[in-house]
Amino acid sequence: MDIPGVAQLFDEIDKKLVVYLRDGRTLIGILRTIDQFANLVLHRTIERIHVGNKYGDIERGVIIIRGENVVLLGEWDEERARVSGLHQISVEDILDAQREEQQQQQHQQLLRAKFMKERGLTLTPEIGPDDMY
Amino acid sequence: MDINRCKKIYGEIKVSYLYLKQKFFQLFYSFFKSLIGKDVVVELKNDLSICGTLHSVDQYLNIKLTDINVTDAEKYPHMLSVKNCFVRGSVVRYVQLPADEVDTQLLQDAARREAHSQRQ
Repeated sequence: MDIPGVAQLFDEIDKKLVVYLRDGRTLIGILRTIDQFANLVLHRTIERIHVGNKYGDIERGVIIIRGENVVLLGEWDEERARVSGLHQISVEDILDAQREEQQQQQHQQLLRAKFMKERGLTLTPEIGPDDMY
Repeated sequence: MDINRCKKIYGEIKVSYLYLKQKFFQLFYSFFKSLIGKDVVVELKNDLSICGTLHSVDQYLNIKLTDINVTDAEKYPHMLSVKNCFVRGSVVRYVQLPADEVDTQLLQDAARREAHSQRQ
């Protein structure tokens, strides 16, 4: 984390970052403050929901993130963003798409659990409700 | 045994445990520091693999990679616009290293020494 002598996250201050959280959310904002636990304060944050190659943005403003929930954070690269091949759609559409995707995933889970049960095994997911990343 | 003496002993045990724990931490921290500038592949607990150059590491084994490349099916679209990233140590499952950069004998000896000093 951030102890004197390790300037890892200090370099990222005032930069636009993509923060990937443990619940699967992607937040894009400008990093303003950090502390020794890698808690972050993001400014002008948008939550970006990705479904397939489409995405939708929701304005979030100022956000404080507890460090333990961060998976990774990356520097937003304008060049790479432009050639990424993703295109933006409206918030309602992306939320619908996300809901559909989640339903499909739940259905898959159900089928998998049933399959295992029929063979006398139980499916214990490696990842719990906290870790949807 | 009075409270103060208990506190003193408990305090000492806690401090020495933390010191030794840190010593083991130090081993891999130093090991990773020696690999700065090399290309590594970090595999996260969600099966995402990130290939990049090791830029820096800290005592919690948080890893900063530059010039990254997501080596699995890019089903992680949020990674497409990112060139340098900071990965939290707690989400790492594996760090794949170039075999010729690692002196396994040295590492084994160092680890053995640490384990030995910890036991004492």
